[in-house]
Amino acid sequence: MIKAAEAMVKCLDQEGIRVVFGYPGAAICPFFDALYASDIHHVLVRHEANAGHAASGYARITNKPAVCIATSGPGATNLLTAIATAYADSIPLVCITGQVSTDQIGGDVFQEADITGAAEPFVKHSYLVKDASALPRIFKEAFYLAGTGRKGPVLIDVPVDVQNTLIDFSYPETVQMRTYKPTVKGNPLQIQKICEMLQSAKKPLICAGGGVFLSGAQDELIAFAEKTHIPVVSTMMGIGILPSAHPLYLGMLGMHGTASANTAVHECDVMLLIGARVGDRAVRSPKFLAESTTIIHMDIDPAEIGKNISTDIPLVGDCEAILTAMTEKIGDMPDNPWFAELAEKRKDTSVYASYGERINPKAFLRELSAKLPDNTVCVADVGQNQIWSCNHFGIREGGRFLTTGGMGTMGYSLPCGIGAKMADPNREVVVVCGDGSFQMQMMELATMMQEGIAVKVVIFANTRLGMVREIQTLRYGDRQMAVHLNGSPDFAALARSYGMDAENAYTEAEAYEKMQKLVDSDKPYLLVCHVDPLEPTLS
Amino acid sequence: MKHTISILVENHAGVLARISGLFARRAFNIDSLAVGMTSDPSISRITIIADGDEHTAQQIEKQLNKLVDTMKVRSLPAEEMLSRELQFIKVSATPAQRSEILTICEIMGAKIADMCTDAVTIEVSGTAEQLDKMHELLKGYGIKEVVRTGVIAIQKGSAVLK
Ligand SMILES: Cc1ncc(C[n+]2csc(CCOP(=O)(O)OP(=O)(O)O)c2C)c(N)n1
Repeated sequence: MIKAAEAMVKCLDQEGIRVVFGYPGAAICPFFDALYASDIHHVLVRHEANAGHAASGYARITNKPAVCIATSGPGATNLLTAIATAYADSIPLVCITGQVSTDQIGGDVFQEADITGAAEPFVKHSYLVKDASALPRIFKEAFYLAGTGRKGPVLIDVPVDVQNTLIDFSYPETVQMRTYKPTVKGNPLQIQKICEMLQSAKKPLICAGGGVFLSGAQDELIAFAEKTHIPVVSTMMGIGILPSAHPLYLGMLGMHGTASANTAVHECDVMLLIGARVGDRAVRSPKFLAESTTIIHMDIDPAEIGKNISTDIPLVGDCEAILTAMTEKIGDMPDNPWFAELAEKRKDTSVYASYGERINPKAFLRELSAKLPDNTVCVADVGQNQIWSCNHFGIREGGRFLTTGGMGTMGYSLPCGIGAKMADPNREVVVVCGDGSFQMQMMELATMMQEGIAVKVVIFANTRLGMVREIQTLRYGDRQMAVHLNGSPDFAALARSYGMDAENAYTEAEAYEKMQKLVDSDKPYLLVCHVDPLEPTLS
Repeated sequence: MKHTISILVENHAGVLARISGLFARRAFNIDSLAVGMTSDPSISRITIIADGDEHTAQQIEKQLNKLVDTMKVRSLPAEEMLSRELQFIKVSATPAQRSEILTICEIMGAKIADMCTDAVTIEVSGTAEQLDKMHELLKGYGIKEVVRTGVIAIQKGSAVLK
């Protein structure tokens, strides 16, 4: 017999977990005590939300469920934003929280929060563990649920007395669930129909979303597009499936997307949606689109098909398997003259021309990405900085672009970058954020220094909550309300006080000189690029 | 449009909260909800009458299917199912009115479940129309209280939900 808390650690071992992100408290102490005796590496973040975001970064690089931990009550509620973010972005997490002891549940005792209740809208599934002997089964199920089908966060809430109960430990080899059975293989008849539809299309287009990464189907998608010569647009979550400069890639679609991508969406006659849920930022009027276009929708989650856009041919399944089958089936397709017109639109370079003295963030990001290694991971926060990164940070083969396209949670980038770097320490990780979002996460500089990992940080400081300022300028008569970031510290000096190398850049010349330092350094480095408060997102 | 949805779920704590929470947060309207055990005590059956267009009904089914506790969801077409609801109706009744009420009950297939000097409690089960009719007939005596179980439904013929 062993303590259930030890059994929980053994479960993580069995799942191959080497790193966890968390923050302790009384109700989770038995579990931390068991971690003390294990060789799983615990990363102490500085706020529980960041444990979740860091686990998200880790999970996105490994494409396996990652683990975050918080205590009961305020610890658990702090974690909630990260759980909701992972849910919106379909990121596989196993979230472990401590809970007050079983006999106290429901008594409004110290640090009690009904976290399974509060998190219900944002989890794929949750467990409030009352029977310690069920823990091995629950962990097995939780990892399986988080990492299969439509991926997402699973919460395990464990009362402190349950953690201290003695149990017989054996880890189940298989999951036995009579309810949950995700569809993986696509229906062959539908696949045949889709191939025929695409071959008879005049202006076929692929729209690829985050589901392609979750399925690990990047190579399969590229192979399919290259065989058929069908151009590809991506959602924000799908950025990086194709390298930015791939001849068939037209960029991100939607409200903040490229002209070439949006023209393609507007003009295409058949659209193949792959692992994309047609969110409102990507497609503003799905009704209109569906009227003029034949919609083929492939997704692992049946509920996404027909939810936001009506579909002519639905196909439920894992896109890796489906794309492999489709590439085999489909006949050769000739080069499409339509595509040549679209490609022309990509050639407009005016938005990232030099401003001379001032820093053009779009040009800066292009230059920065060109200097960094091919397999760099770029993590963008939320706001103008994010859109600039989406459209201008060039992703090459093997590179990744991470951001929260689904939830748009400010303060995601630095903890996500820390998680990504821990998952693959040899890869360069660069975090891009604004001076607003940086202040929602700057406590994580300490985590980074404590872990001794070299994440690079770029802050575009515009002394505004820029994205909101722009909305106010354009739609509220420029009545700028609650968007001024007066009172900010010198971020470079702050970073230096953590022991990091950090500098300010006010001009283009300075920015490029310091960019080189950032690129050459093998240590953590923070660069504050001061940009114009009125710098627009797109033009 | 009304949809009758039958759901088989794992019978454990928190399942009902998950189902009702799903309806609330996705703005699906519930008209009636009834839960009970099935012949397998580890499985509960929930019957929900929901209001919405065809798209909403499809989404309800798909979203319910996504819940890990859900084993089976089926929307039952009106012509292929039987549905019943059980109801208690407490009406004011002087001793002189009792025999009239008793006659109504006999004709309507209802029962007197309890009686005291100034009231009777009637137990009646049936379809929504039958229950509405019963209300109509009893209104004149003064309805003091009504309790309903919510509708349960089953497929006609030999088809079963499993
Ligand atoms: C947690 C959270 N709060 C509020 C918002 C709303 N919001 C979206 S963008 C933005 C401004 C971001 O400002 P900053 O980080 O300075 O970036 P910029 O837009 O200036 O590049 C705000 C407040 C959000 N997305 N997330």
